[in-house]
Amino acid sequence: MVSTRCAACKYLRRRCPSDCIFSLYFPSNNPQRFAYVHKIFGASNIGKMLQDLPVHRRADAADSLYYEAHCRIKDPTYGCVGIVNLLHQEIYNVQSQIAKIQAEIAFLSTNEQSDETQYQQLQIAPNLDPNFLSEQKGFSNSFDDSSTWFY
Amino acid sequence: MGGNSPCASCKLLRRRCAKECIFAPYFPSDDPHKFSIVHKIFGASNVSKMLQELPLQQRADAVSSLVYEANARVRDPVYGCVGAISYLQNQVSQLQMQLAVAQSEILCFQMQQELAPITTSPVLLEGDDKPSLFLHQNNLPQFLTYSSSNNVIFDSFKKESFLGQDMIFS
Repeated sequence: MVSTRCAACKYLRRRCPSDCIFSLYFPSNNPQRFAYVHKIFGASNIGKMLQDLPVHRRADAADSLYYEAHCRIKDPTYGCVGIVNLLHQEIYNVQSQIAKIQAEIAFLSTNEQSDETQYQQLQIAPNLDPNFLSEQKGFSNSFDDSSTWFY
Repeated sequence: MGGNSPCASCKLLRRRCAKECIFAPYFPSDDPHKFSIVHKIFGASNVSKMLQELPLQQRADAVSSLVYEANARVRDPVYGCVGAISYLQNQVSQLQMQLAVAQSEILCFQMQQELAPITTSPVLLEGDDKPSLFLHQNNLPQFLTYSSSNNVIFDSFKKESFLGQDMIFS
């Protein structure tokens, strides 16, 4: 008779009942999954946590518990919290970059507006003959009198 | 700490608090909730083993992170700390998109300046020809789309949850 015990019951060396709470989430083909969660949380706590959840949420809960256990085994001091810290740092870094670029854009916009104003002040009215100035008696090709040039 | 004043863990476990109690430095008697929540999620035995495997100088940080994770799991029994990670990853994605948009904006500005520099000498124009020095920037092309399900560590996490408050681990 082929054994159909789940990974949890194999690990715990017990019979796997038909209503075993672990069997759906800790299949026998992935023994590491249960070994990790057992090491960090303990079989009893995992069983209680899963029991307290509605059936349709248990798969996600088992996945997240495995992930947390995996992180804790990789980083015994900080576990998952190490990743949280890194993400907070990343958020801060990107926000700083955005702020810097937005400040540059604001600066360039301000410069652009002042350049546009300067351009408008220097602009000659359309249809003006470039030789007009030299043909005018007593008129010097000078821009001292800006009122000549604007309507 | 031991002797007259048992630590929070020994109080909860109803045992004598030994002089070399591994929990005593990190679970003082004035904060019973801290140990009870860690015990509920991880179990005293597991916490003790974890602390014993760590050098002394890292144990305080380890306890803090265990408390953080335990709190996260109590608030969100399905996703725990992983919910917070998923939420933060989405935040990072959104910010990176904002950064890309801002970078393309500034690139447009720089290109404008390179293509049509302003001169200070007067310009005499004929007809209606006027140089278009200022390209008005309307909405930038929305080439970036956001998928709400990206950046989740495990493919099986389909729903996101996040902590009710920002718990920054220091």
